[in-house]
Amino acid sequence: MNINATLFGQALWFAVFIWLTMKYIWPPLQKAMKDREKQIADGLAASEKGRQELEQAAQRVKEELQKAREQASEILAQAEKRSGELVEEAKVNARAEGERIVTAAKAEIEQEVNRAREQLRAQVSVLAVTGAEKILKREIDAQAHAQLLQGLEAELR
Amino acid sequence: MADSGAPTSTEYIVHHLTNLTVGEGFWTLHLDTLIVSGLLGLVVFGFMMMLARKASSGVPSGWQNFVEMVVSMVDTQVRDTFHAKSNLVTPLAITIFIWVFVMNAMDLIPVDFVPMTAHAAGVPYLKIVPTTDPNLTFAMSLTVFAIMIGFNFKFKGAGGFLKEALTVPFGKYLFPVNLLFRIIEDIAKPVSLALRLFGNMYAGEMVFILLAVWAGASFLWAPFAATLSLGWALFHILIITLQAFVFMMLTVVYMSMAAEHH
Repeated sequence: MNINATLFGQALWFAVFIWLTMKYIWPPLQKAMKDREKQIADGLAASEKGRQELEQAAQRVKEELQKAREQASEILAQAEKRSGELVEEAKVNARAEGERIVTAAKAEIEQEVNRAREQLRAQVSVLAVTGAEKILKREIDAQAHAQLLQGLEAELR
Repeated sequence: MADSGAPTSTEYIVHHLTNLTVGEGFWTLHLDTLIVSGLLGLVVFGFMMMLARKASSGVPSGWQNFVEMVVSMVDTQVRDTFHAKSNLVTPLAITIFIWVFVMNAMDLIPVDFVPMTAHAAGVPYLKIVPTTDPNLTFAMSLTVFAIMIGFNFKFKGAGGFLKEALTVPFGKYLFPVNLLFRIIEDIAKPVSLALRLFGNMYAGEMVFILLAVWAGASFLWAPFAATLSLGWALFHILIITLQAFVFMMLTVVYMSMAAEHH
């Protein structure tokens, strides 16, 4: 074991390598590692957040679906009720309309009957006058007997 | 032990434990230690620099992933132990762990491979494992020691440092004892750091060399020695990592002790 000037040379090498590591090796590596650590942590946080959001969205979808289903059944019930009402209303309307038509037809028939009766009456009076003319075989003053005829007509009514 | 001229076992072992040197006396330089450790450091830290420059926060690929894994392991250890604020401690720990590891890993290259190649190229001696040179381990531990003293002054101030040295652990009336304890404690730190690494690596290398001697000594024993050598190499993978980790960890602990008030 002989200690000699090699010691100084080795100390110099050591110092050089410490300096290299301190200046050019450790800082960039440390920075790269720190940055990566941060990136990974950020990524994990983001994925965790995404997972939570997904869960929330799924929950919301479930709620919305439930709500939609309820609405649909409500609408269906309403529609059923409404259709029943409509049918009922239509029935009532139809019945009323039918009655109305029947009534109108009856009124018309009565009118027709009246009119026919009127015509008949007029013709009967003319026939009566003509018959009387022929029976009397003489000219009758239409004007003088109009009053008489009218009285006859009124009696026939 | 395939040197031409068939050296004896002693010559073989001594050859393997001799550094390639220039200079005389104290001003001797172990060229192999300096060059091998320097080259390893330049390659590894150069490679890491290249990676760090391209490092992105996106999906890390291949080598970046590996380097980040090692570096963040060290950083976790530092953050668990060292609680003061400093942008020196983590790079220091990274440097120690990686550099010591790659230098230790040279131990796994078969013992004769590099020295013989060097010999063929005209280099008489070459110790390939820099951490088996106490000069290197002491250079590192003393640098750590210097930074530790610096931390003491930086985080406690000169007064706080002095007060702690004089009053801990026995109170102010026993200040000579406290000071003595403190000096012994602080000197023991770099010495134990350096000798632990040196001792482990030196002993490990020694076992490899002895097994190689055994394998070369007798044709009969060669397969047995080779198997043991493989087993030792596998076990050594654990030791080189562990020693690198221990050196790093203790450094961080010392830094933390220097930075925090007792």
